[in-house]
This record gives sequence, C-alpha cells and structure tokens, in this order.
Amino acid sequence: MSELRDLYEEVILDHNRRPRNYPKNPPGANRHAHGFNPLCGDEIRVHLKVEDGVIVDAGFEGAGCAISTASASLMTQAVMGRRVAEAEDLFRAVHGALTDESGKLQASPERLGKLSVLAGVKEYPMRVKCATLAWHTMRAALASEGETVTTE
Amino acid sequence: MSATAQASARAVQPPYDVARLRGDFPALHQSVRGKPLVYLDNGATTQKPRDVIDAEAQFYEHDCANVHRGVHALSERATRAFDEARAAVKRFLNAASTRETVFVRGTTEAINLVAQSYGRPRLREGDEILISELEHHANIVPWQLVCQQTGARLRVVPITDEGEIRQDEYLRLLGPQTRLVAVAHVSNALGTVNPVKSMIEAAHGQGVPVLVDGAQSVPHTRIDVQDLGCDFYAFSGHKVYGPTGIGVLYGREALLEAMPPYQGGGEMIRRVTFTETTYAPLPLKFEAGTPHVAGAIGLHAALDYVNAVGLDRIAAHERALLEHATAALSEVPGLRIIGTARLKASLISFVLDGVHPHDVGTILDHEGVAVRAGHHCAMPVMEHFGVPATTRASFGLYNTLQEVDALVNGLRKAREVFAR
Repeated sequence: MSELRDLYEEVILDHNRRPRNYPKNPPGANRHAHGFNPLCGDEIRVHLKVEDGVIVDAGFEGAGCAISTASASLMTQAVMGRRVAEAEDLFRAVHGALTDESGKLQASPERLGKLSVLAGVKEYPMRVKCATLAWHTMRAALASEGETVTTE
Repeated sequence: MSATAQASARAVQPPYDVARLRGDFPALHQSVRGKPLVYLDNGATTQKPRDVIDAEAQFYEHDCANVHRGVHALSERATRAFDEARAAVKRFLNAASTRETVFVRGTTEAINLVAQSYGRPRLREGDEILISELEHHANIVPWQLVCQQTGARLRVVPITDEGEIRQDEYLRLLGPQTRLVAVAHVSNALGTVNPVKSMIEAAHGQGVPVLVDGAQSVPHTRIDVQDLGCDFYAFSGHKVYGPTGIGVLYGREALLEAMPPYQGGGEMIRRVTFTETTYAPLPLKFEAGTPHVAGAIGLHAALDYVNAVGLDRIAAHERALLEHATAALSEVPGLRIIGTARLKASLISFVLDGVHPHDVGTILDHEGVAVRAGHHCAMPVMEHFGVPATTRASFGLYNTLQEVDALVNGLRKAREVFAR
C-alpha cells in the first residue's frame, strides 16, 4: 500500500506553498489556454511566450488543490527553454506515466527528473486529473486552440 | 472535547442501538487503506442494509418477471411486489393515493419530468420559474432547459451568508408572473433545512404550485406531503438506504392528470392505433417501458427498514451527531464551517485554511474516512461563499460519535501534512 508521503512528498508541498511562475502572465506571451476540471471546479490559465519554436517564458494563474498547483508549477519550469516539440514529448511522457499501467515515468527518471514526484498520483485514480490539468492546458496553449480545455 | 460536545455525546445513548444497526449494513464492516471504514458521505449515497440487498436478490432469484403483462405465476408475484412497493411509498409520503406516486430513476428525472410535462406546455414568454440560490444543479438545469424552450425566465432567490433562503426576497420575487416555485427541502451543500411549508403557503396564496426537491430530506425527517401542501415532491431511493436507479415523483392527482406523458412506450398506454393512442391511468401514464422492478422492491425494503428504526429516532440520533461534529470541528484550528443556518440536517460543509478540499479528501481517505470534496453539484452556492469547493461530511443513521472523532483526527493530520 502506498504511503501518504509518496503523494504529498516534499517537492509537491513546496511547489504548492510557493508555486513558481505564479501568478504570472509573461510580457509578450503569445500562447494562452484556459483549463477547467468540471469534477472539482479547479481552473487554470497557462500563458506561454514562444519565439522561433522555443518556449522562452511560461506562467500560470488560477486556484487548485496541492496536486494541480504543484503540477502546474513544475510544468512551467519543465517546459521553459524547451522547443515546442520537446514540450509535446514531455506532455506525452507525463500523461502516459500517470494514466498508463506500464509506469514509464518511474522507468525513465533521468528523462523527467523532478517530474517523477508526480508518479505518486497514480495510486489515486480520482486525483490523476488534478495532476494532468496543467499539462493538457499547456498543450492546448501550444496548439493555440485558445479555448477552454477540460479534463473530461 | 468541549463541554457542548460531551453533553451531545450523552444525548445519544440507548434506546438507539447504533452498534446493532451497524450490523445490518454489510458494507460498513471493511477496512480502507488499512483503517476501519468511516463512511461520512451519506449525502452522496447511503450504504444498504441486508434487507434491501436480500429483497433485490430474492426478486432476481425467485420472482423475476415483467410486471402488468404476463398471466403466469412469476409475473403475478413480480406485479404484486411492485404494486406493494408503490403502496409503501404512498404511505411513506402520506400521499392521498397511489395514483400520485410515480416511479422514476431518481430526483433528477422527477424534476425533469415536471419541467417538461408540467412546465413546457404551459410556459410562455414573460412567465417566471422561481428557484433559490442554494439549489442542486438538478433543480437548476431542468428549469434552464425549459426556459430556453419556452422563453420563460428563471428567477433566483438569494441566500444569506448563513446559507438561508432570504424570505423577504422570496416574497418580493413571488409575483403574478410566477408559474412555479422549485425549492430544495434540505440543501445538499450546506445542510440548511428550508421553511418549505411557509414558502408553499405563500406561493399558494398567489395560486402558484410548488415542487419540493426532497433528495436530502427524506433520509432524515418524516415527510407528509399533504401536511406540507406541496404540489410535487421528488426523492431518490439510494439516499434513503435503497437501491440506485429508483426514485419517486409525488404529484397532486389533479396536476398529474392534466399533464401529458413524459415519455412514450409500453406500459403507459391504454390503446394504440396508428391514428390515436390513449394513455394508461395514473401513475402508469408516466412510467413508459419496463420499470425498475427490482429497484422498487429494494426501495420498499429500505422504507420498511427506516420505518422500523423510526424516522424520529433517526432524526434525534443525527441531531446529536451534528451537534457533536459542529462543536468538535469548531475546535480544529483554521477550519471554517460553510453553512450555519439555524436549522440544519446532519451534514457539515467546511474549508480548512491552506488545504484544498481535494487534498483534505485524499488525506481523510488515507485514514479510512470517506467524505465528499468538491462543489457538490451546487456551483452557485460555492460562488456565494467565494470558495471553489468544500469538504462535506454527511451523517446517516448508522454513524457514531467515534466516527466523528475519527474525522476530526484526520483533519488534524491534514494540517500536519501541510504544515511540513
């Protein structure tokens, strides 16, 4: 059985207490999306500044639980400085690891680094959407869908 | 424990034998994440007593047949059991006749039925439907739909910061253009018990019929629809220790008689030709298709169970739980109770400083304590109190004071985790 500390581990609590790139809408941001989890009412806005195919700045706004806030904070750090295609890859890796039984996230900690802490959420199926909301929203922003994405 | 909490603890001693009652509910006796289950999500659904489970099993094992159709023995037994279930519902609500008790899937379907069969043919532009700010989405959205269809307007009576419907505003909004009032008996998000009897009197004074959403009241208090004077009353079986998928719409016979069917199909007809169809008498006119026979039989068993325990004794027991929980939760640092109406059913919504309700819910789950975390399908209520969500503990007839204490200990743990 998983321990509560595996979910609410130090990195998560730290990013919940002091979310990075929050609240922030970087000057010159040109990719935006609004994410919404209808199950709990959590909302998030993700803002990205993309130049020559590279995410040069990122920020988010909104309110959510510790898992969604920490995940959003970690996400902004993780995508900053990456090429759009790399951020897409990261989305797939995180999303796959949280929703897929094969557990790729644990299998490739070197690839995901600090994001591995999100793996604890897998033991709590009802909370997976909390962790993926920011990532879905980031991807929607990149695609410039410009509309609300939901976790449903 | 405070003095108030101790006093309330003494108030709930025998003859109410909680331990014995708990023995009737198989699902209560299990461990969750290595801890004994503490089930405090009764506002979402209740656990089922052995009688209910057995009644459904008995139907499927021995009497399974369609109703009001076959002439064979099984169909006769099924039909008798189904009709007896309806009679039990009629007695439970003190309806005047079984023609007034329609089986539906639940409260949501009951309200949609009234919106579409009562509201839609009558409503015109300029007409108004009056609801309150504390309604569950099931008593908001069906009215929005019928307003879109007819051009009628939805008016909303605001609530106070204690979570009570503002009666002055209710009387102000109740006017010659009001065609129907739809109001919860008990708020699922706040626990407020609304003064529906006086609200009905006021509406009737203007010739306006009233629908009462009874989903959260039926498990906690004795209902007498004739005494209340309501025109429609809706409830769900699963919140009163019965099966999911079965519920009841009570409607005054004259109103139901004048309403067109909600759905078409078998069971609801008297005679069908390609040029004309005449409908079955009440209540079958509103029960198209094969009904949820097993569910109705299970609901009958649930109502018998609740009656045997005694709704007045259940109410007294739950009042003691509520008082104890209110006192104990008030002592948790950083905890704020949302919904402080003078009269409340046995549920408490709250927020904990610095800990999101979803995180509270997960940490409590780790302690074996099941609560609801979220907006409780009452987003306008959350908006009123300026919170995205709350944690809600809702008590049932089988909960104990020790379980309330387990909740409080879990909340202290949540604070510890987030103070790290």
